[in-house]
Amino acid sequence: MANCGCNDYSRTQLLRRAAAEAGRGLPAIEPGMPLPAGTGLTRRSFVSRATGLALSVYGAASLGPKAFEQGIAAAAAQAPANDRILVSVFLSGGADALTLLAPTSAHPQYATWRPSLALPAGQGTPLAEDPSLRWHPSLAGLAELYGEGKVSVMPAIGYADANQSHFTSRHFWEVGETNPFGRWGWLGRYLDHHGAPDNPLQGLALGWDLQPVLAAQSVPVATVAEPDNYDFWTPGVWGTVQDKMLDAFGDLGEAATSDVGLAQARSAVAATGRLRDQLAPFQDGFTTPAGVTYPTGGFADRLRALAAMLDGGLPLKVVAIETGGYDTHSNQLDSLPGDLLEIGDSLRAFQRDLEARTLQDRVLVHVWSEFGRRPEENGSGTDHGAAGTGFLIGSQAKGELVGGFPGLAVLDEDDNLRNTSDFRGVYCSLLEQWLQVDAAPIIPNASSFARPALVA
Amino acid sequence: MVSVDPRTDAAARRRARRRKKAAARCAPPRKRRESAYPAKRRRKLRKQACVRRIKPRRSRKPELQPIPPPPGAPAGFSLSSPIAVYPGPFGVRQAERLLWRAGFGPSPGHAQALAAMGLHRAVAALTRPSGAPTLTGLPPTDGDGNPLAPEDAWGHDHLWWLDRMVRTDQPLVERMTLVWHDWFSTSNDGVGQQSLMLQQNELFRRSAFGSFDQLTHDVTQDPAMIVWLNLNENSRWNPNENYARELMELFTLGADRGAYSEQDVRQLARALTGFDFEWSDELGMYDFRYVPGRHDDGNKTIFGKTGAWTWEQGVGMCVRHPLHPSFFVNKLWSYFIPTPPSGSDRQALEALYVSSGYQVRPVLEAILLHPVLHTGPRMVKPPVVLLAGLLRQLQASIDGEYWIWYSENAGQRLFYPPDVSGWDDSRWLDTSTIRGRFELVSRALADRALDGPAVDDYDETETPEAGVAAARAWAGDPNLTSETVALLTAFAADALAGAGGWQLSTYRGLRQNALRHLVLASPDYQTS
Repeated sequence: MANCGCNDYSRTQLLRRAAAEAGRGLPAIEPGMPLPAGTGLTRRSFVSRATGLALSVYGAASLGPKAFEQGIAAAAAQAPANDRILVSVFLSGGADALTLLAPTSAHPQYATWRPSLALPAGQGTPLAEDPSLRWHPSLAGLAELYGEGKVSVMPAIGYADANQSHFTSRHFWEVGETNPFGRWGWLGRYLDHHGAPDNPLQGLALGWDLQPVLAAQSVPVATVAEPDNYDFWTPGVWGTVQDKMLDAFGDLGEAATSDVGLAQARSAVAATGRLRDQLAPFQDGFTTPAGVTYPTGGFADRLRALAAMLDGGLPLKVVAIETGGYDTHSNQLDSLPGDLLEIGDSLRAFQRDLEARTLQDRVLVHVWSEFGRRPEENGSGTDHGAAGTGFLIGSQAKGELVGGFPGLAVLDEDDNLRNTSDFRGVYCSLLEQWLQVDAAPIIPNASSFARPALVA
Repeated sequence: MVSVDPRTDAAARRRARRRKKAAARCAPPRKRRESAYPAKRRRKLRKQACVRRIKPRRSRKPELQPIPPPPGAPAGFSLSSPIAVYPGPFGVRQAERLLWRAGFGPSPGHAQALAAMGLHRAVAALTRPSGAPTLTGLPPTDGDGNPLAPEDAWGHDHLWWLDRMVRTDQPLVERMTLVWHDWFSTSNDGVGQQSLMLQQNELFRRSAFGSFDQLTHDVTQDPAMIVWLNLNENSRWNPNENYARELMELFTLGADRGAYSEQDVRQLARALTGFDFEWSDELGMYDFRYVPGRHDDGNKTIFGKTGAWTWEQGVGMCVRHPLHPSFFVNKLWSYFIPTPPSGSDRQALEALYVSSGYQVRPVLEAILLHPVLHTGPRMVKPPVVLLAGLLRQLQASIDGEYWIWYSENAGQRLFYPPDVSGWDDSRWLDTSTIRGRFELVSRALADRALDGPAVDDYDETETPEAGVAAARAWAGDPNLTSETVALLTAFAADALAGAGGWQLSTYRGLRQNALRHLVLASPDYQTS
């Protein structure tokens, strides 16, 4: 996108306009794309048959009449050679690095900067690789996995000249470059290069909104808040008329158009119709293995659903989940420990769930936030800062510190934590070492970033 | 107050609350597992119960919220604009789009009435209403026949405003109120007191077309904003940058344009110190005020100028910043037209904006007259606009709390924007919200669908084409593309394939219900 004439757009406005153009890149059905093969099956009867095949999506090459269904089968069939899943967990608002991993008295400035917020001495499990840092007691779940060698810790990840706007900084992380005018998410770009034209589940946002990190230019991605509750209410319509009506609804999205606004609406309707088919086998709920207990809450519910969907053989590739509440300008001690407890316990439960299903070697979870918070507190909270904390979790995570802790004696020019690793380098490593693709076409200037070793 | 950025956590909390509320009511079911019935079965039961519970619709005379013509505007009246004005015919389709972009779509007959006025008088009828708005039709109730309690009852704030959107004869006033709600985005998730949100809503409503300079000053001392962006915690002893940053980044100047530096953020925060309020068990937050003793009266350097700037001066410097008019024009434009203005149009509007003394109305009128609004690409309707328009078209009144969670599932709960940057208009549509939009129509049709003999004795000779035409007419003849009409007609033919005997009538009745639903849930209807 040109950035001179459009400089006058705030980020929101940029997105607003990208909106109009995004439709162009979303999966309008091209003229000439195969129409449903005339097998005589309606989509609904196909779906009910698929219920019986719920766990055998991999091999079911004759999944159905629609081109995209064949696409899913093809995607699933490739899985044995390329079945690794990356889950992006975004802690939105800017999680406070000095709380997640609290410094000990080895960093004397900590007590100075945090007269009311400092974690008392003696609390928290020391980080084995750097005992001058302690896991916050609320993150005991992660500390436990770390002890098992399943967590790589990034104690000061960020980028040079950190932007302290929530919206700009998360945007940089989302698009994988420090370019306010980037339009596609870095995982969306991965799918543009390596995804399928007809499988919306390959990029799945679990939540109520599409995660920008997944925004793809040329392939479909999906969002679903409650994967086991994706039915459509049709008052006054039932039986075969209802089946055909719901098929027709998805079909309304499949006509091509040159109007960008209409194209956006159509592609979303088309993706909805496809997703409805894919999730049909899960409409009676998920099961969780005995002995695995998730905490309550939306974040845990989504991880729980994700494990079941992976186990069910749905062709997922990259998944994004956002969980918020980290913009702790005030009363930080009232909210942050509870939020950390929820994510720590949920991520531990997810790992245990994957282990119980023997899926643990297929999944890596990348936890990130748009920035850390300022070392100097403002009384009861903290303002926006620069470098923050990230984690990589999974049985295949290398479990090795990425960049050291930079200390508090020297801060950056805005009095914020300096970064010791760059998020773009981590993205390159995830692409090359985990997803096993070339990072160069996906991360701009990929060759300029050092690659930390992330995968065991 | 904890200022939460909010996206999922807030959403999770809202949903938890909603679940609680929903449990006892006729709601789209979210929670499963407690029930002995499988989820699907229970949903069905609930929906049936829902339909049954609703009283048969009283037949009422259709009620209109007629939009009065602009006062004192004779035939041939013309507005002035420094940029191009749409020169083509202004018919029903053009009036329909104008009503969707600058309001909440047409009530029956409104597009025709506006078309008869011609472009200039039609725009002025929207931008220059006279006197107080009139709300026509039945006042909203909570489902048990009680009036709403918007300041106190959970979700009634949403219903209260939605009702105004549906019943007002000054739709652009409500639409501009929604624009300011998005622009100065404040969420009750961080404020926690509905009365303050409604007070802010009144500020936005009375500022619909007035001075943006005045509005920005008023917003800075607005109680809900003070709580939302921690202005009360911004004191000479402990500056809190939250409001200062967003005032520049999101409200007046924009990020990444070189308009301000991190240093400016910190210095402006000092100028904005001094606000405070009291709290009591009975009153909640009250007595919002500026306390000179909390203000940092030292010198600050903002945008390179040094002085003992007050909060009013700090706000004024943002509005008078040379990069503000372009930010304002682009942002206002983007609410009405999905493609950005040309450089020369933008500059002409900037000049108009500054010479008018930062007035909103002249810029707005020029935007609404511009050819691109009338001939350019379609624009996605925000969910609440879609819903209000649906209810206007169906002449429905708000008669229950269910619209709260249906709106939320479609992606927009009033008074709870996702964060301080407002709703992201580029991301209204995805596989979650499309389902939510589909179910807005489901709920609206639940007590309007053909049923009983109307289905069983449906005309068994109706052709697919006639079925589609009947459904379009029933839905108010919205502007559908020929591709959509063709797909609807193909469905109408396919729906009867293999039918015989009793099915010939019944399936045609079901088909008519399905076609009405599909017209209103179609991609075409999501846009204007």
